[in-house]
Amino acid sequence: MQPDEQPQPPPQTSQPPSPASPLFVVRGLTRSFAGRKVLDGLDFEILRGETFVILGRSGSGKSVTLRQLNGLDKPDAGSVVFDGTEITGLEERDLYPMRRRVAMLFQSGALFDSMTVSDNVAFPLREHTRLSEQEIAAKVQEKLGLVQLPEAGPKMPSDLSGGMRKRAALARSLALDPEVMLYDEPTTGLDPATAATIGKLIRQIHRRLDVTQVVITHDLDLARHVGDRLAYLSEGHFRFLGDWAAAERSSDPELSDLLSGREWEKEDDHAASAQP
Amino acid sequence: MRARDFVTRTGEIAVLTGQAFAAMAARPLETRLWFAQMEQLGVRSLGVAGIASIFTGMVMALQTAYSLPSLGVKYYIGSVVAKSLVRELGPVLTALIVGGRIGSGMTAEIGTMTVTEQIDAMRSMAIDPVKKLVAPKLGAVLVMLPSLTVIGCGLGILGGLLVAVFQLNVQASVYLNNIVQNLTLADVVSGVGKSFVFAYIIAIIGCYNGLHTEGGADGVGRATTDTVVTLAIIIMISDYFLTKLFILAVS
Repeated sequence: MQPDEQPQPPPQTSQPPSPASPLFVVRGLTRSFAGRKVLDGLDFEILRGETFVILGRSGSGKSVTLRQLNGLDKPDAGSVVFDGTEITGLEERDLYPMRRRVAMLFQSGALFDSMTVSDNVAFPLREHTRLSEQEIAAKVQEKLGLVQLPEAGPKMPSDLSGGMRKRAALARSLALDPEVMLYDEPTTGLDPATAATIGKLIRQIHRRLDVTQVVITHDLDLARHVGDRLAYLSEGHFRFLGDWAAAERSSDPELSDLLSGREWEKEDDHAASAQP
Repeated sequence: MRARDFVTRTGEIAVLTGQAFAAMAARPLETRLWFAQMEQLGVRSLGVAGIASIFTGMVMALQTAYSLPSLGVKYYIGSVVAKSLVRELGPVLTALIVGGRIGSGMTAEIGTMTVTEQIDAMRSMAIDPVKKLVAPKLGAVLVMLPSLTVIGCGLGILGGLLVAVFQLNVQASVYLNNIVQNLTLADVVSGVGKSFVFAYIIAIIGCYNGLHTEGGADGVGRATTDTVVTLAIIIMISDYFLTKLFILAVS
């Protein structure tokens, strides 16, 4: 793994018990918006079966990074290889085979608001499988049960609370039994209790369904709860990449501030020093 | 809009056109979505298009009789009303009225889906939004707008007939005979032909602006307004060139 310009420590990947092979290999990922370099040469790998967390402040380019992994956004330079296949530069249509294996949970849930929750979950099944309507109904019920929303099927998305909407969207993402789950800020905008429910679900899904997961978040509790390894994204670089033990030992000031909760004090200092 | 933006947008619209027509032909044909759109875009526009056409026909009859009061002109009201409706007013008015209604609706619907990540969600599920959203709308408008135009022309001619008979004392048979003798197949072809082109313009601009909406509810509002204004301008400008083209083709 190519270490980028992080002060220290080198992003040594501590191997999980079983030597896993990388499912995603990302090299030199660069992306600019309106002249601002949001990602500046990211290198990382995501191992089969792990939950990889990318931490970072709002606007640090976390979402953009995630969207490179299923080709929703295209990089200016660099490459993303999924399971041995280079996906950068592929036409939209040629990305479809990989996208059937890689599901994504969007920040807002992104349920189709013209359809009931059941129809939302059934949508990818009707599109991509030859299951009968009965089999689809059974599968929908199974997925809704998994996210603890067994009753929500006939409701419209607008009738659900924020947390329920996110769980329903999670059920939809799981409909095709994906190998990889990408989570875009899964707890943003939720109260702490609901956020914890979502965190538990993410961990359950990992355990029960044997999926590889990538979670981007600024929610430290969630990151601690679900992450096997984490990366800390700041100013287009990973300032840290490794497991939790290494993260706790890291002397990177930004990361240790974040992990120890000193972020708060720092904000206050800024506020104080801003006073004349 | 700067020149480079204009070129980019034109190029992107051309690409979307190609994708949409390819998606219309690709299997499965999604007939259920098509019919739903035909109902929503076409059938529900019948009232507004019909009323506009009837009154246009009535006004045409009045104007012809009173602005050209020379002897005998009222016996030609039938062909004046029919020709102007079929060749010009029918297709253009229907396109403007129906286009404003359904073009803005398409932009609002697809634009909302864009800003709430529903389009991205579709893409992330390996489902083509052009196939699911754009193609059925394009197909439905291509079928329904010419149909509405034909219905509208019929209603307009009927409106003219009512005014001719009850206000101008022209016999119904004179009015209708005059139409049958003067209205040619070329008139009908040029009118219906125009409305096919307008249908394409309405659907593609409406969908394109929706897919390229940025920034929340505010952005949806802006995109919708943009669609209405753009459609009105493009329909009027292309109408001139289409008329010119048909005249060249006939002569």
